[in-house]
Amino acid sequence: MDVLHLLSDGMLLALQPLNLLLILIGVSVGLFIGAMPGLGSVNGVAILLPITFLVPPTGAIIFLAAIYYGAMYGGAISSITLGIPGASTAVATTFDGRPLARQGRASLALVTAALASFVGGTIANVLFTLFAPLLAGVALSFGPPEIFALMLLAFATFVGLGGDDIPKTIFSICFGLVIGAIGFDQISGAPRLVLFDMSEFLKGIGFLVLAIGVYGIGEMLWTIEQTRGEVETTNPKMTMRGMAADAKEATKRGWKGSMIGSFLGFFVGVLPAAGATPGSLMAYGVAKMVSRKPEEYGRGTPDGVAAPEAANNAASTGSMLPMLTLGIPGSPTTAILLGGMVIWGLVPGPRLFAEETEFVWGLIGSFYVSNFAALLINLAFIPLFIWMLRMPFTILAPVIFVLSIVGGYAATRSMFDLWLMIAFGIGAFFLRRFDYPLAPAVLAIVLGPIAEPTLRQSLLLSSGDPSIFFTRPIAGPITIVALILIFLPALKLLRRIGARKPAA
Amino acid sequence: MRIGEIVTAGVLALFSLYLMWKSAELPVGYIAGTGPGGGAWPFWLSGIMLVCCGCIAFNWWRRTSPPSQSEEPVLSPSGWRMLLFVGGGIVGFVALIEVISMYGALAVFLFYYTRFLGRHSLALSLSLALIAPVTLFFFFEGAMRISMPTGMPFTDPVFNVLYELIY
Repeated sequence: MDVLHLLSDGMLLALQPLNLLLILIGVSVGLFIGAMPGLGSVNGVAILLPITFLVPPTGAIIFLAAIYYGAMYGGAISSITLGIPGASTAVATTFDGRPLARQGRASLALVTAALASFVGGTIANVLFTLFAPLLAGVALSFGPPEIFALMLLAFATFVGLGGDDIPKTIFSICFGLVIGAIGFDQISGAPRLVLFDMSEFLKGIGFLVLAIGVYGIGEMLWTIEQTRGEVETTNPKMTMRGMAADAKEATKRGWKGSMIGSFLGFFVGVLPAAGATPGSLMAYGVAKMVSRKPEEYGRGTPDGVAAPEAANNAASTGSMLPMLTLGIPGSPTTAILLGGMVIWGLVPGPRLFAEETEFVWGLIGSFYVSNFAALLINLAFIPLFIWMLRMPFTILAPVIFVLSIVGGYAATRSMFDLWLMIAFGIGAFFLRRFDYPLAPAVLAIVLGPIAEPTLRQSLLLSSGDPSIFFTRPIAGPITIVALILIFLPALKLLRRIGARKPAA
Repeated sequence: MRIGEIVTAGVLALFSLYLMWKSAELPVGYIAGTGPGGGAWPFWLSGIMLVCCGCIAFNWWRRTSPPSQSEEPVLSPSGWRMLLFVGGGIVGFVALIEVISMYGALAVFLFYYTRFLGRHSLALSLSLALIAPVTLFFFFEGAMRISMPTGMPFTDPVFNVLYELIY
């Protein structure tokens, strides 16, 4: 009852006129920032942080949390309509969102994404409200071996569940991981993999350079080549009745993915340093694994949009938990929020819940309000996003190229990265001709910088003994499941050979 | 396609070897007391990439992958033309950024694409080439406070006027 009382107080605080206005502005700004390739919640929160000093701390954090929410909703928009994941958290959304848009069902994809995000956000909010201190303790029990096992599981979902050529999938994962290792060795600080001795490689290759190269340039070149430049633009009907029908279909065909994504995403989001990207990827993999029709994944199924979208929203709420209860940020955006809290004179950590009750519960209340506001605002803007798809392809294509280049520069501020982006785009175009899956490389470049230090720390802990990944109570089962998924294709092959022998 | 696949696998195998060699500039084994060396992670991953290239070549030899069964060319003449005009246009766009600024370059690219590749009317092409850079300028420079390259000094008078408007 205490929790309900505190929550209702918090929601009343969030619904105060100034805070409600901040929520509406924050969600709208976040939605457009998230929809812009190259910009994500980090940019929005970082840029608008100074503005928050004009309002009280509670209003300030509510505003920033609303931007965060809006941006998480917005990430799906560019993935679905343009086929470019503006942020790593929205990569998995392109797998089924883009095919749906190409089939003229962009509105179904966008409505599914909005509803799943809302479900993910709501479930995460309830879990956050009820189990915050308990889950913070669980998160603390995740050391380097557990985090590495989780990363292994994320990669395994691609190998074990992908219908693609296995050696090419593994090549793609390893390529992304090696590209992510360029720059400096995180532990010794020594320069590493400075390709062709070009000093520009010292700063490493960011996720966006590869993602925009692959999706913004490579994918567009592929589409233009496949259709000889005469792409039939979809002409989706956008009426209230049509949207209601899409909502009904999204609920019917996307509920399972939403549920999986919500719980998995929240749990992964809670873990320090894991975040929404592995959460959305694993949710997609697990939804495909438990589906009765896994062959529909990648061709445009609402479940394939719902799972990652519910997961990335749930994870964004989950990542607030270690920030508030332990003072450990779960994602780059929460790191900036943490900085803001410190500037406002608040000390995140176990005592925050006891000493700053109004602030904490005002923030939690604003999560619920922001989530609902984000759903309404997102649904209201869907016709605008759909309108973009009605443009002739000969206008849409150069606009996408321009957004890719401008967005890429905005994120990296480097001309060298723009050239690299073009090189990746042309390389991706040719690799796609030979059936190399490129999404694993894009995700690996994000997860690599988490996986490598945790592997090295684990091996250091065990004096080089890899059994550390099998003997610990949490890491062990995760590693075993990951290895089963990795070797699943080989096991299937052996079973097929075994079945053939008696027949012969 | 069949020849293309094995050539691609070969090139990727060579790249993997190059990455292994570069990674080996740092220790690639286990160092007692400090854990795996700085080069271990990329070195062994590049090794796996090399093994994968071997598997791809083996599948090519068995003709199990779709590209290894295809006798089609990697790209048709129209495909090469597309790559030249569209890909070349993007390269030109990026090359122009340091000459006539990001906004100037994107205006030229949009005009080139819509007018010459898209065959749209002059009015539409010019409108798009004008509206897009202005909108993006106010969004990035005004709202987001992100500065884009302004090109060579001869563009300064234009940007001075625009910066006066937003600052």
